[in-house]
Amino acid sequence: MKIKSFYYIILISIFSVSAYSQNVKLLNINQLNERIKNGKDSTYVVNFWATWCAPCIKELPHFEKLKEEHKSDKLAVLLVSLDFKSKLESNVIPFVKRKNLKNEVFLLNESSPQEFIDRIDPSWSGSIPATLFIKNDKRKFVETEFTYEQLLTEYKKL
Amino acid sequence: MKKIILLLALAFSAFLSQAQTTTLKAGDTAPDFKLKNVDNKEVSFGTFKDAKGYIVVFTCNTCPYAIGYEQRIIDLDKKFRPQGYPVIAINPNDPEASTADTFSKMQDLAKSKKYPFPYLFDPGQKITDEYGAKRTPHIFIVSKTSKGNIVEYVGAIDNDPEGNKADKVKYAEDVIASLKSGQKPAITQTKEIGCTVKRKAKA
Repeated sequence: MKIKSFYYIILISIFSVSAYSQNVKLLNINQLNERIKNGKDSTYVVNFWATWCAPCIKELPHFEKLKEEHKSDKLAVLLVSLDFKSKLESNVIPFVKRKNLKNEVFLLNESSPQEFIDRIDPSWSGSIPATLFIKNDKRKFVETEFTYEQLLTEYKKL
Repeated sequence: MKKIILLLALAFSAFLSQAQTTTLKAGDTAPDFKLKNVDNKEVSFGTFKDAKGYIVVFTCNTCPYAIGYEQRIIDLDKKFRPQGYPVIAINPNDPEASTADTFSKMQDLAKSKKYPFPYLFDPGQKITDEYGAKRTPHIFIVSKTSKGNIVEYVGAIDNDPEGNKADKVKYAEDVIASLKSGQKPAITQTKEIGCTVKRKAKA
């Protein structure tokens, strides 16, 4: 009996650790701005994507690779999903788990596109994939799908 | 000689495809069309003889935003067709690029959801490009005037894609309310959020 409950504790703790590492937090624009302002990194690459957006899914590995290959840089890659909030548990978390995404993943907690689109960048039409690059005071917004080389070029240009 | 003509034709079609990228705006003429409905009959603006205008919605079977707005599009037609503003839905997706958007799958969906409005197939995405529809759903509200069919509003249906806000701003309804009272709408353009229109991969 004791061994069995011990086994359960192990199981639960393994599960909760892995659940923690695959956590997807809700995040509104204010929180995103604060995350960038108060973060320890100097460069932020914020990619807007969704589980239903095929070109987004295609380019996600490039963002993983960018971070992986620049571990020593003060770089944070934030993956912000525009999936509906109601899809967090059913689609987004399982997707992040399945793809084993290592970057921080958020789900945008905003409901009025007319407002949040312009607050990210007034030039944004609202289509995804789209990526915001921030380095110190510099901001660059790009509304396009990247190859790894293109992403790397944008990153190095900052 | 034949080769030169072919090259010219190619260059011209390349020029055309470049020219297609702009989206119509309020004040532009809304191009008429003749497209096959899910009931196999052709539909154009003229199909609705007593209309005062039209709610043209580019939408599809597959996009989560289109699915999220589906009931609201049905409701728009139920509310405004009797008032002279019928919904005309056009699927802008290429059926090869988006295999769940074929004509027969459009027929299945329209039947199962009992669409009260026409749901039209746009071969070669010709009308999609004439309007410059970029996303699903993407709405164009058109009024019938003495100068022809004029675009009055382009963009989103409301400001609540997920559909759970009690106090949503209903852009489309507000536009039609203005038009009915003989006024120009206060807002003529919003950013439409949705899925990108699906196209064949460029060769």
